[in-house]
Amino acid sequence: MTTLTDPPKESFRLSMLIYDTRYRSATIQVVAMLGFMLLAAWLINNTAQNLNALGKPIDFGFLGESAGYDINQRLIDYSSRSSHMRAAFVGLLNTLVVAVLGCLTATVLGIIIGVLRLSKNWLIARIMTVYVEMFRNVPVLLWIVFLMAILIETLPPPNAFRGENATATMVLSDSVAFTNRGVYVPEPLFSRSLGDLHLFGESAVRFDISLDLVVVLIALIGGIIGARMVKKRADRIQEATGDRPTTWYLVLGLIAVPTIIVMAALGFHLGYPALKGFNFQGGTHMRNSLIALWLALSLYTAAFIAENVRAGILAISKGQTEAAGALGLRPSRIMRLVVLPQALRVIIPPLISQYLNLTKNSSLAIAVGYMDITGTLGGITMNQTGRELECILMLMLVYLVISLTISFVMNWYNESVKLRER
Amino acid sequence: MKKSVFLGALTVAGLAAGAAAAGTLDDVKARGKLNCGVTTGLVGFAAPDANGTWDGFDVGICRAVAAAVLGDPTAVEFVPTTGKTRFTALASGEIDVLARNTTWTFSRDVDLKFDFVGVNYYDGQGFMVPKALGVSSAKDLDGATVCIQTGTTTELNLADFFRSNNISYEPVPIETNAEAQQQYLAGACDVYTTDASGLAATRATFEDPAAHIVLPEIISKEPLGPLVRHGDNEWGDVVRWALNALIAAEELGITSANIAELSAGTNNPEINRILGTEGTLGEMLGLSPDWAKNAIMAGGNYGELFEKNIGASTPIGLSRGLNAQWTDGGLLYTPPFR
Repeated sequence: MTTLTDPPKESFRLSMLIYDTRYRSATIQVVAMLGFMLLAAWLINNTAQNLNALGKPIDFGFLGESAGYDINQRLIDYSSRSSHMRAAFVGLLNTLVVAVLGCLTATVLGIIIGVLRLSKNWLIARIMTVYVEMFRNVPVLLWIVFLMAILIETLPPPNAFRGENATATMVLSDSVAFTNRGVYVPEPLFSRSLGDLHLFGESAVRFDISLDLVVVLIALIGGIIGARMVKKRADRIQEATGDRPTTWYLVLGLIAVPTIIVMAALGFHLGYPALKGFNFQGGTHMRNSLIALWLALSLYTAAFIAENVRAGILAISKGQTEAAGALGLRPSRIMRLVVLPQALRVIIPPLISQYLNLTKNSSLAIAVGYMDITGTLGGITMNQTGRELECILMLMLVYLVISLTISFVMNWYNESVKLRER
Repeated sequence: MKKSVFLGALTVAGLAAGAAAAGTLDDVKARGKLNCGVTTGLVGFAAPDANGTWDGFDVGICRAVAAAVLGDPTAVEFVPTTGKTRFTALASGEIDVLARNTTWTFSRDVDLKFDFVGVNYYDGQGFMVPKALGVSSAKDLDGATVCIQTGTTTELNLADFFRSNNISYEPVPIETNAEAQQQYLAGACDVYTTDASGLAATRATFEDPAAHIVLPEIISKEPLGPLVRHGDNEWGDVVRWALNALIAAEELGITSANIAELSAGTNNPEINRILGTEGTLGEMLGLSPDWAKNAIMAGGNYGELFEKNIGASTPIGLSRGLNAQWTDGGLLYTPPFR
């Protein structure tokens, strides 16, 4: 005889939250969470109360007031009558400029140095080791200040270019001037300009985009897509017949001709800088502060990226290189076609944090007087309005958004180069 | 992540709590040291000498306050601040008093919640250019590159001046006076602008001061004075009257040379009240009776401090001008000690 008994139905009792292992960890987590939230609430409340007692309640109204100060490097229209919000936006764009320039240069330099560090040439490999160790082990702030000092002390001031017996001359047939106030290079101008596209009306984040630039870019991108199609067709013919048709003149023509035609139609010409009054006028002025910051951040971060690249390449087993060699590929092709595509998967995740580091390090800009968002919103605006907490909170938010955006884009790219497992 | 948020919030709360604390006078007495905010180095006003001892006109105010409160002019912890960090340092309680060529303005007094206790130097903003530039007026500076200390009123005056004269300029923002000097001397900027006294002090340190001129235009009023946090009136009174004691001492002829003799008692009741031999002024402030005597003995009266640090006999060579006693046609005028 068998008796089937149901397991006793256990009713839930409150004590089980502690004594039953099934619920215990959840209980502890809920209690810890509540404690944390209480603490956070107390801190926020305490801060708000103290600020109130000090007569400085949190208020973002100052952002609409007139800033009253001038900014030297501005990508958009701005004057001392513009609002603090506008000044912050000018600063934000300056931060983005140096971050983008820095990331691009650091990547290119980092890959070259990382690959060269593994070179079989003893001298080159050692020089690269010295470079990496030198830049990696000295704080980036020192590099920024050092480069700035070099630029200021070694390059001639603009008035050295003046007069009959000038001690300095412009280079590249009088088109580029290296001065200790920055580098003046020719600027692209369009005599039959299409004008600007005005975005966001009259708000603080209004923004003009040059339609000329847009049109030229469209022509260039169209040319590149056309060149890709030519290349794909060549691939198909090669697969089918074994012979690859010569395409380089087609590719070159497709990329260059439409762009040149568009530029000619718009009346493209260069505006050269010329010494007028105290400074060079005309041309594009790349200020010392931008150059010093950009170079220092790129050189510093490139040392780290070089190490990532080296690690990525070493992670690919030697058998791959040997197999490719056995197939008769040349060393440069082995690197480009076999090793680097696989190494990228190892390189990209740490590369993301290097990009984030570079962007955040750009807040050291004030050391050389580069007006990034820390210099405008977190510097002059904060100082003139006395709104420390508001400004710092906004700054933190801005850097958080920039960093998360970089992470998002790079993670998406990482997904796309990831090893597809079937 | 959670931990960093927590620590960040704790810092903010700590900052706010520090700012709200009152009773600076008791804090200073308990600490036995005055925390005084000064510049990062401006010869004549506040700069460390070869032995690392701070010296200068603003430093003299710090020492006078320390002597009045603690009886010891050396019981000062000097905190170098930049134009940018000074207000945060004061608001957060890191320093008790800020004596750093700071201009008394409406918004700093009212909106930033500070109290200016008086004026120790009446100044105005000027421009310095190399003589070789051949400029004789600030209105000729169209298109010039101007070095300027960031976070100062000079920044705003400069923008207003160039705007109202409808001329353009290129600002080069700089953190400290030393960096400005480096850039100016290297020719990275054509003009250096700050308060005229600061220009004179900076020029005095140049290898060839005669090669640089200060342009005649003074484009602003810059009453410079020490300041304290708003809302702690007892402490504000102490600093205010320590400064007034120095000014009154000059007016009444109390100098560091004759102070010992005068404190034996004189026929002038006001001198007696200041020096503590008559009345209870010190007690009213919560200080010892000889507070003002100590303050004056720390570095001499206002006139002595001026002559020793920035006066005509020093390399900086500033004349008294507006900073003479009201009896000599200047603006220095202290309320009576009564």
